[in-house]
Amino acid sequence: MTRIYVPRDSSALALGADAIADAIQREAAARGVAIELVRNGSRGLLYLEPLVEVEAGGKRIGYANVEPQEVSALFDAGFVDGKPHARCVGVVDEIPYLAKQQRLTFARIGLTDPLSTDDYVAHGGLEGLRRALTMTSAAACDELIESGLRGRGGAAFPAGIKWRTVAQAHADQKYVVCNADEGDSGTFSDRLVMESDPYVLIEGMAIAGVSTGATVGHIYVRSEYPDSIATLEEAIRRARAAGWIGDDVLGSGRRFELFVAKGAGAYVCGEETALLESLEGKRGIVRAKPPLPALAGLYGKPTVINNVITLATVPIIFAKGAPFYKHFGMGRSRGTLPFQIAGNVKQGGLVELAFGVTLRELMFDYGGGTASGRPARAVQVGGPLGTYLPESQWDIPMDYEAYAAVGAVVGHGGLVVHDDTSNLADLAQYAMEFCALESCGKCTPCRIGSTRGVEVIAKIRHGDTSEKQVTLLRDLCDTMVSGSLCAMGGMTPYPVMSALNHFPEDFGLETVQPATTAAA
Amino acid sequence: MNNKRIYPLEEHHLDERTVTAPDELVRRHLQPGRTLLAVLHAIQDDVGFVPPATVVPLAKAMNLSRAEVHGVITYYHHFRSEPPAAVTVQLCRAESCRSMGSEALAQHIESHTGCRFTQHRHDDADAHAHGGRDVALESVYCLGQCALSPAMTINGTLHAKVTPQKFDALFAAAMATAAHTEEAA
Repeated sequence: MTRIYVPRDSSALALGADAIADAIQREAAARGVAIELVRNGSRGLLYLEPLVEVEAGGKRIGYANVEPQEVSALFDAGFVDGKPHARCVGVVDEIPYLAKQQRLTFARIGLTDPLSTDDYVAHGGLEGLRRALTMTSAAACDELIESGLRGRGGAAFPAGIKWRTVAQAHADQKYVVCNADEGDSGTFSDRLVMESDPYVLIEGMAIAGVSTGATVGHIYVRSEYPDSIATLEEAIRRARAAGWIGDDVLGSGRRFELFVAKGAGAYVCGEETALLESLEGKRGIVRAKPPLPALAGLYGKPTVINNVITLATVPIIFAKGAPFYKHFGMGRSRGTLPFQIAGNVKQGGLVELAFGVTLRELMFDYGGGTASGRPARAVQVGGPLGTYLPESQWDIPMDYEAYAAVGAVVGHGGLVVHDDTSNLADLAQYAMEFCALESCGKCTPCRIGSTRGVEVIAKIRHGDTSEKQVTLLRDLCDTMVSGSLCAMGGMTPYPVMSALNHFPEDFGLETVQPATTAAA
Repeated sequence: MNNKRIYPLEEHHLDERTVTAPDELVRRHLQPGRTLLAVLHAIQDDVGFVPPATVVPLAKAMNLSRAEVHGVITYYHHFRSEPPAAVTVQLCRAESCRSMGSEALAQHIESHTGCRFTQHRHDDADAHAHGGRDVALESVYCLGQCALSPAMTINGTLHAKVTPQKFDALFAAAMATAAHTEEAA
């Protein structure tokens, strides 16, 4: 019996994977070929989706960009035995795009059926949780601090320090909250974890729970990700049935319950305090800090709040130990980051590599250049609140500090490539429009500043390039950076200022004044 | 957030667009431990929108003010106060899709359907008659398919690498399905 894999994550589904799976079943039955169809997760090589794999000779042979109507021809060509066909891309593990990666957090994606508990354990699952259950709370937090893991959601705060703060807090109830409100354009790594390896997130949250004394966890997923929600809910049900979570975590006598909460389309709920408000059922309005969520978070109780990738990286750190993880990376950026190559690129997908790789390598060695075939012009790194980097900055190593030194942010490692037809003034105005649309309205610089920002940029674009308008825009951005409560208003100036500084010609400006704001 | 709807002070006001009375709808979805946001999701998942007449019974049942309930409904883009159109198109307008021509695609969609994209889902005038059936065009910001831009949904089904030709075919199929559903009903 031949095992055939057809992915079930939403990228594959959006390109017709269900119809392909049906066609394969139908065709196999009609031809009397015995197959076992596995609906695996995505391998992260999204440019190849839908990527059908056939197990032949102990290897997995890939057939890329398959269309449902081609299934019959694939059978004719003998794809069940891994025979050649125009769609064949060879042994998937040997494709350089994948082979050159350093997959730690994403070690399992695409290899397994995301909902199979047996697959999960067979691929090294639960080793981290088992080890964490033997450790004291202090030792577990020290392990995480030692690993150097920093928050992967964008803020890059040391995860272990956060955990220790929660562990040392005294309260009758503590919580673990997973921020899965992945609203940034150019990011999909959280989604890939939830849809392609949900148990790694569940395990990471359970480790966070037993290490800090939190007995209840919530995963807050954006409503735009219905497939992630469905997969997580089923995975949680199965994990509970298997005794991995619940009243007696792996027979340890420890308790950890886990629930999924659905967002409702508010971008700002990706900010941790707005997320907590939303999780409590209220409007997602940003809270002033302090108090820190680690001391007064969900319902005022000590709360570990981490992004999906941070929590999904925890199991491998506990399974292999902090020194193993710390060995990857550079400077104070330890470990790996799952980069997401998106936008105008030929080969978009997930590329997990140690810190230190450059944008140019990611864009060209992996991304293969632009999809349009035109020269790339600007790359926005770190989501809608990240800066636009011109070619002169494409060789800076991906490192939190190296990026900060030029006023940029690595963020969650999402990159959106724009070709030479892009208009950066248009994108800058859009950044302000988006901020105006999504601002929670609590603080004035963000609520009013964004609308004023749209107006000033529009004026400049309509030909009022007087020094006064440009000064006004810089001054406004300065106020937003310094005076906003959270990153929504505080970082919207990053794309705006970088567009203005590096691409003044798009604004109709010939020269540009030297940057005076925090954001370059 | 320009929803200026005034909720009736009288309770038990039956909304003619739902079969279920608002009180019953609230009772059905109120569960211990469920937050207001979760109840609103359950109501919308059930009947397709959050009928304005549920605000008063919801406020009463959850010991909240009407302002608090109204505030939550109108804060979040996801909730509709009107029944959905027969065919709803959500096109991603965020950076990654923009880099792959979503703005030109948006123009194509507008001219093909004769409808306009609205900035905000609470502008309920966005459902336009199209061949006798309602079509709504909504802008959304990121569907998580940024490596396969541009992305959109039609009646909740996700599609990636959308071209004008692909849109036309998917839209025609959705309209045909909607017509079929109407006939069956």
